[in-house]
Amino acid sequence: MKQLSTKVTSNGHGQDSSYFLGWEEYEKNPYDEIKNPNGMIQMGLAENQLCFDLIESWLAKNPDAASLKRNGQSIFRELALFQDYHGMPEFKKAMAEFMEEIRGNRVTFDPKKIVLAAGSTSANETLMFCLAEPGDAFLLPTPYYPGFDRDLKWRTGAEIVPIHCSSSNGFQITESALQQAYQQAQKLDLKVKGVLVTNPSNPLGTALTRRELNLLVDFITSKNIHLISDEIYSGTMFGFEQFISVMDVLKDKKLENTEVSKRVHVVYSLSKDLGLPGFRVGAIYSNDEMIVSAATKMSSFGLVSSQTQYLLSALLSDKKFTSQYLEENQKRLKSRQKRLVSGLESAGITCLRSNAGLFCWVDMRHLLDTNTFEAELDLWKKIVYNVKLNISPGSSCHCTEPGWFRVCFANMSEDTLDLALKRLKTFVESTDCGRMISRSSHERLKSLRKKTVSNWVFRVSWTDRVPDER
Amino acid sequence: MSPDKNLLSKLAAGDKHGEDSPYFDGWKAYDNNPFHLDHNPQGVIQMGLAENQLCSDLIKEWIKANPQASICTAEGIESFSDIAIFQDYHGLKQFRQAIATFMERARGGNVKFEAERVVLSGGATGANETLMFCLADPGDAFLVPTPYYAAFDRDLRWRTGVRIIPVECNSSNNFKVTKQALESTYLKAQETGIKIKGLILANPSNPLGTTLDRDTLETIVSFINDKQIHLVCDEIYAATVFAGARFISIAEIIQDMDHVNRDLIHIVYSLSKDMGLPGFRVGVVYSYNNDVVSSARRMSSFGLVSSQTQSFLAAMLSDQSFVDNFLVEVSKRVAKRHHMFTKGLEEIGISCLRSNAGLFVLMDLRKMLKDQSFESEMALWQVIIHKVKINVSPGSSFHCSEPGWFRVCFANMDEDTLQIGLQRIKDFVLGDGDNKNNICNRNKEKENKKRKSFQKNLKLSFSSMIYEEHVRSPSLISPHSPLLLA
Repeated sequence: MKQLSTKVTSNGHGQDSSYFLGWEEYEKNPYDEIKNPNGMIQMGLAENQLCFDLIESWLAKNPDAASLKRNGQSIFRELALFQDYHGMPEFKKAMAEFMEEIRGNRVTFDPKKIVLAAGSTSANETLMFCLAEPGDAFLLPTPYYPGFDRDLKWRTGAEIVPIHCSSSNGFQITESALQQAYQQAQKLDLKVKGVLVTNPSNPLGTALTRRELNLLVDFITSKNIHLISDEIYSGTMFGFEQFISVMDVLKDKKLENTEVSKRVHVVYSLSKDLGLPGFRVGAIYSNDEMIVSAATKMSSFGLVSSQTQYLLSALLSDKKFTSQYLEENQKRLKSRQKRLVSGLESAGITCLRSNAGLFCWVDMRHLLDTNTFEAELDLWKKIVYNVKLNISPGSSCHCTEPGWFRVCFANMSEDTLDLALKRLKTFVESTDCGRMISRSSHERLKSLRKKTVSNWVFRVSWTDRVPDER
Repeated sequence: MSPDKNLLSKLAAGDKHGEDSPYFDGWKAYDNNPFHLDHNPQGVIQMGLAENQLCSDLIKEWIKANPQASICTAEGIESFSDIAIFQDYHGLKQFRQAIATFMERARGGNVKFEAERVVLSGGATGANETLMFCLADPGDAFLVPTPYYAAFDRDLRWRTGVRIIPVECNSSNNFKVTKQALESTYLKAQETGIKIKGLILANPSNPLGTTLDRDTLETIVSFINDKQIHLVCDEIYAATVFAGARFISIAEIIQDMDHVNRDLIHIVYSLSKDMGLPGFRVGVVYSYNNDVVSSARRMSSFGLVSSQTQSFLAAMLSDQSFVDNFLVEVSKRVAKRHHMFTKGLEEIGISCLRSNAGLFVLMDLRKMLKDQSFESEMALWQVIIHKVKINVSPGSSFHCSEPGWFRVCFANMDEDTLQIGLQRIKDFVLGDGDNKNNICNRNKEKENKKRKSFQKNLKLSFSSMIYEEHVRSPSLISPHSPLLLA
């Protein structure tokens, strides 16, 4: 008799994917400026390590919060015993206000509609348990975060059907792609329960446009399904555009307090904006009481440590800190992104123009031997093993076009980033492609820049049919 | 189904979480009128919450003396950024090592645990659910000896689709698990086509407060080994075994039983009871099966322990002299409380199931029932809540097969409060015979009026009714808690 569950014996955890294999290689030979300068540089980890100094200086100025005290009195005992799955009220209030602040205080979040979870990993899985039966499907635009294969499908039995997005229009979501995905699900005899998007997008590093958001809301309205917007990167928006949340769109379309608004749910976390993935702070925000109620009960399986709730409620309640932090965070991210982009350009490599996130979506199609995923994997292996950079191949993100890679820029020092870029430039110049590039690099960069601008132009004014960029 | 419900999964729209049960009356009574020594001495005393509040002074002392253990203090802030970004699901190595050592010491050093097999989870709640996901498919079943922890109904079954088959234990032999009960339950399940994947039990037991003796443990291990099914031992109350009593962990048993297939043995642990830290959500899956360790570890992504907490506890639990002293004190203080409470009950002729562990006793009130029925048990329970004004847990909420048993917790309040609770019980019981009968009669009428639908429910299987202790803990923050002063 089979002794373990099928969840264990299959590999639905998805960890045999190249996304994770690169990490394993890094673990074996990690770069260290002093101890291992020839080691592998980790550029596959979307972490925000740029603003710890701000948090550390806040801690130094706030000894009460730092040592589990309130008004000088220890509240250790109360925290040690606090396991209420409703969460600490002052923490949820602080989270709600922080989320509002990130959205320019244009929309309000009711703390009672927040459900805490152990990271957005847990939040997303919990939402699946609440919205989908085993075998039901959610539509996700590609490319998407590789962890979704595990988080959304593994233990829930739900399915993912991709909404194919292409470089021809900067990977934007189109009406026809949505419809196609829906029909594909039906062909596969899968009941579609909703659409899940990450906004700003991982791995693209771009925020959804208002047009796309309107499209999504109209789509889920007409199909009577759910929309989950994972806004984990909402505080990393550094472009000159404002971050538009799905909540903004509901408000602007006057859909607040309607049936539709009950089917729109936001997922959030402090892992990226605040750079605290270790603390496991995630949240579900829903206008549907039943979902809030069910998800709250499910949060028993992954509550946020009371010690952490207390610390962060103090931190996030300090409005002076939060506004300074958000501004500084954006500034530093922008400067890092620029550094990566210009470094790549000097190696003849362009990226999708991004305005958010902790990574760039890098176009290495011209470095492929053939326009295939095999060639992409070959290139990836060269970059991992020869250049010693761990970056994430687009195929691990279910991208439909080979040659795109996600490269992170916020999880190392400036010097390390510069070194990585140097290694990459050396590698590119040593390949046939590279030699061609360096010969006509000036011409190429000029034309690449033109394409980049026109990509951007397309994002602003959009039509359904776009000439294939290449 | 309303159109709304159709859009949600059955899990969300249904009530298999079990929290709609009438057992919440006790909690509601407490919520509406919580006892406070100074501010509300007539309120309802909470004796339904299995919390360990006896040793927080020791931890507080340690914290004061070790500011470097926190990553937020001036002394510890050097580690802040490293810990803040640490989300590796293997968990902090020093934390796993500290947990393994703590587990060994809580078992008197009689066993060895490897840090590599320690998998973190969101409390024992998360650990138990994770093990079910690893060991069973939807529709498979696990055997659970009764009476058992009420929330198993949710933790083992809700999202996993796993079934619970109760193995009935009786007071005639102090609720011991017998080979006969195991075999006959297993056979019956097989005959109805149910696939049994394993047996899960808590040792020490909640609500019994008893530890399994060597014979019983060996019988259980032989049984599961013979059937080649899994054994999950939830040892969450390991350190609450009274001073002088001997706790035998399943880890010890299999050390001496060479022929046992170790791939079938799994332990659940937590710091919520032994250390009184339920808020910190520290759960452990310890499996002797490598595939289970590896899968459970991947699943722990859904409920990791906060790295802030891991780092803090790694420091504290690595302090051997603190740990040794703490473990001695826990078992001493728990025993003292137990002794005080049971002696007090003895004086008024109330006996409890003889126990040697846990944060509660199982009080025998069978002779106070009007008749040996669960209706009478509920009627008596209503009286205890509303007249005696203490919240206790009726045996039926633990799927006890015999009416009249009530679990009463004694470690979640200070000594004065416990004495008051005891006094109230004394006053109620020693109220003259007539009065006692009147109380029962009056209550029966009240019951008939209020509980018609509930009595109807009682005719159904008890598996749909649970008493959720974990759920109703502090939002039960006393109105005077500083935590409410936002």
